Amino acid sequence: MARHTLSVDPIACDGRGLCAELFPERVELDEWGYPIIDAEAIGPELEKHARRAVAACPTLALRLQRETVRSGHR
Amino acid sequence: MDDRAAERRLPRLLAGLRSDGMTVSLDMHARRHGRLEPVRDLISLVEQSGLTGRGGGAFPAASKLDAVRSRRGRPVVVVNGAEGEPASGKDKVLLVYAPHLVLDGAVLAARALGARDVIVATASRGAGAAVAAAAAERRDTGISLQRVTVPDRFVAGEETALVQFINGGACLPTLTPPRPFERGVGGAPTLVQNVETLAHVALIARYGPQWFRAVGTPEEPGSTLVTLSGAVQDPGVYEIPLGVSFDELLDEAGGAIAEIQAFLVGGYFGTWIDAADAASARLLDADLAPLRATLGARAIIALPKGACGVAETARVARYLAAESAGQCGPCVHGLAAIADDLSQLVARRAGVDEQRLHRRLGIIPGRGACRHPDGAVRLVRSALDVFAPEFARHFRGGSCTGTGRPVVPMKKER
Repeated sequence: MARHTLSVDPIACDGRGLCAELFPERVELDEWGYPIIDAEAIGPELEKHARRAVAACPTLALRLQRETVRSGHR
Repeated sequence: MDDRAAERRLPRLLAGLRSDGMTVSLDMHARRHGRLEPVRDLISLVEQSGLTGRGGGAFPAASKLDAVRSRRGRPVVVVNGAEGEPASGKDKVLLVYAPHLVLDGAVLAARALGARDVIVATASRGAGAAVAAAAAERRDTGISLQRVTVPDRFVAGEETALVQFINGGACLPTLTPPRPFERGVGGAPTLVQNVETLAHVALIARYGPQWFRAVGTPEEPGSTLVTLSGAVQDPGVYEIPLGVSFDELLDEAGGAIAEIQAFLVGGYFGTWIDAADAASARLLDADLAPLRATLGARAIIALPKGACGVAETARVARYLAAESAGQCGPCVHGLAAIADDLSQLVARRAGVDEQRLHRRLGIIPGRGACRHPDGAVRLVRSALDVFAPEFARHFRGGSCTGTGRPVVPMKKER
């Protein structure tokens, strides 16, 4: 089964904080209100929560990507 | 002098610069180095030379050329002369005094890639004028040499910032991927290469990879320009073989004028290293890696005893915070908070929480679109390490033992 990772476009992110509210399992906010995202892959049990957070982001900064095989050239 | 000794002779890049401080003309350039002849398989020559990028990243120059060549579409070559690093002046020296060496390298790279457009990006008026005058002297068949003046700010030299600016946008970093080699100027695969790196390419094309490797070490071959400042007799730009000692570098500048307590290696984006550690290290990334440093943009600052590393670092941190592109929250707020912490320490104001500073330093790296916040954090962390006794004194509310006179060179504050 495909696993996913959550990431944020830091330029688009405004620090509204909805992601941390909707997906506290993997997102916390720093002292300035910007998300710190757990880099660990998201399993199927959390995928629904992750998708909800991505959809709710008012600046479309949050992304859920299919985990790619790590190659030497990152 | 036998051939071998001649091959080892320095300077190379700075050879034949005019004592009157005027730009080397195309005629003088051709008399010294010969005319620019077509080169077969430049990328192989560069690969054999082992040349790495001299702008900070130290990425193999041949790999970068190859990455652009492997893409579809006609590439563009951008000469990165932004040199936003305040402690560095080496690229400006090349552009102002020996622009044809740089342009030769750019034209060679363009021909190797099948590019027609070469865009020279500079920040300083002097460099821009010298490049314009040099370009007017040249006839490079099939190549269009263009110039662009970029804002004189720290992040301008970030390659995605340059590309976005040339494409009509702000001179600010963009999210990667895509990197410029994938999608750059006008969407074309783009080689963004540092000024000094291209000057080396011009010499490698003429004298060969073995000549290039006659100085330096097998792993880190060649010569490099270094901008040396701080407590030395003659601060300035020097060409050295990679692998010399810090003492030998100081001798190039007439020696130290005070006992040195530490070096800032790699400029503002660099790492402090203790003078005792520097004494047993050579100017090589291999020797600097255990000290968590790299040569970076090859700007080195010698901090004398009597200066305060905390105060120096606070000033640099303040500058880097102000030079944030202002796009990413963790960089904007995080670097400002760290700069505030350090300023308050220096000003002996209460309320600087040591644990909080460490926590802040821990959560910032990797959370910006570019490496600006990472570099600032690395610098401050190295200061905490190297100037541990001074930091302890400041955290206790002790007074600054520094003389108060800044050592690390600053650009005009904005």
